Amino acid sequence: MSTFDGAILDFKRLETLASGDTTLHRLDPRAKVIVTALFIMAVVSHDRYAITRLFPFFIFPAALIAAGNLPLAYIIRKVLLLCPFAIVVGIFNPLIDRTIVLQLGDIGISGGWLSFASIIVRSTLTVGTAFVLLALTGFPAICRALEQLGIPKLFAAQLLFLYRYIFVLTEEAGRASRARELRSCGKKGQGMTSFATMVGHLLLRTWQRAERIHVAMLSRGFDGSFRTSRKSSLGSNECIFIALWGLFLVTARILDLPKLIGTFITGGF
Amino acid sequence: MSHHLVELIELRHTYPDGTVALDGVTFTITHGEAVGVIGANGAGKSTLLLHLNGYLTPGSGEVRIGHSLLTKETLPEIRRTVGMVFQDPDDQLFMPTVFDDVAFGPCNMGLALQDIEKRVTAALDLVEAGHLRDKPPYHLSGGEKKRVAIATILSMEPSILVMDEPTSGLDPHARRQLIRLMGDFHHTKIFTSHDLDMVMELCSRVIVLSHGKVRADGAPREIFADEKLLAECRLEKPLSMQGCPVCGVNS
Ligand SMILES: Nc1ncnc2c1ncn2[C@@H]1O[C@H](COP(=O)(O)OP(=O)(O)OP(=O)(O)O)[C@@H](O)[C@H]1O
Ligand SMILES: [Mg+2]
Repeated sequence: MSTFDGAILDFKRLETLASGDTTLHRLDPRAKVIVTALFIMAVVSHDRYAITRLFPFFIFPAALIAAGNLPLAYIIRKVLLLCPFAIVVGIFNPLIDRTIVLQLGDIGISGGWLSFASIIVRSTLTVGTAFVLLALTGFPAICRALEQLGIPKLFAAQLLFLYRYIFVLTEEAGRASRARELRSCGKKGQGMTSFATMVGHLLLRTWQRAERIHVAMLSRGFDGSFRTSRKSSLGSNECIFIALWGLFLVTARILDLPKLIGTFITGGF
Repeated sequence: MSHHLVELIELRHTYPDGTVALDGVTFTITHGEAVGVIGANGAGKSTLLLHLNGYLTPGSGEVRIGHSLLTKETLPEIRRTVGMVFQDPDDQLFMPTVFDDVAFGPCNMGLALQDIEKRVTAALDLVEAGHLRDKPPYHLSGGEKKRVAIATILSMEPSILVMDEPTSGLDPHARRQLIRLMGDFHHTKIFTSHDLDMVMELCSRVIVLSHGKVRADGAPREIFADEKLLAECRLEKPLSMQGCPVCGVNS
């Protein structure tokens, strides 16, 4: 449980990275949000068996990680942490869809396995890119960008609170379970009964703490909209960023780039 | 400067579980006063302070800040006037970095970027936490958190400063620093503390709470001279008023 606590704290590091100072960090959050949204749409809208066609899309997060000076190993670890969820989502595909769609020598690969692999690739791409966006921008700035892009103020505020709330809950959980662990003298801590009351306590404590944090925000002039201390506007940098990546994403979505390159190389000889 | 007035009239508060935490508290604090609220554990000090920025609503009675009654309509304005430092700094810090946290208030006040930067730097310097500005708040020690929490309020330059046990968890140097800092703050300040020497040093007035009631209200020297009162309220003379245990000289 204490490792769980650590994993969450480690998650918060994403936010700390957002205070970096590269060109990408300084870019207006709106530009990054727009391109990321385009990216996710382009990836998700591929047909269910697409795998190789998705590979060019790795260029986008990779380029951002490189230009944004982000720790690659750390981001990969965070993506791996969420992989089990993708596996749960796709695990039944191989059982349901048994038609052979691909023949590799003697081995026939069923549509189910292909779509399973596709789900893994897609979730890696989208989750990874979302993390990269977070590390380059920070959640409050993303909420602000969404608000500026026309999402209702209330919705953006709720998004931010939800996000804060998750951390509050896990912190409280970490503390409570640490206290329980330390006092249960290496035994299982009186099993389920103490666990159940602990969970009840936890929800109450979280709720109270979230409320106190909310008051702390209100007493510092929070009125439902987010202001960040970073100046930004949609200038030429932002336009170039959106235009270039937009062009890339549209091309990669419409054309099958790996196949084109393949025929180009084999056709060249 | 009447907008720095704090007035409580027959304030009562009962928690949902039936605990009567405040039982008819009345007092008026005028501009520029430094008031220490003292009393035993559970006397109702924190409960009292939480009424001053509208976190808790009175069961009955009134809270007035600068002549305006605390209601839903006046709440946002009052919260901007009253800068409140909570007993637990974890409740106060919620942004990804110390800088963002201290800048949160000034940002919401709609200040220009240079001014925000200036205020944050000044506030952090006041509590000697300038070197922490890029750290995430959850990686700070308890006392550092406390200092940053105080900076988040100072950066808003409130006209009434309310602090719940500001010196708990601070090292002696940081405590000394905070006392100096609070001495330099010339608007109204109200704080609770078990650090009676600090109360002695800073306050022009002391309010003693006991079981949710005001037991005494007056100048620190008078209150701390009343041994019967102190014993009844689980208090002691500040060390500075006790005789020296080493050389045996009575003060
Ligand atoms: N949320 C709550 N629900 C029920 N009772 C509460 C709650 N919070 C505080 N109390 C009770 O109200 C009384 C006053 O509590 P309060 O926190 O104001 O004390 P305090 O004077 O600040 O004490 P301390 O010096 O320990 O901080 C206590 O008896 C406490 O048990
Ligand atoms: Mg208290």
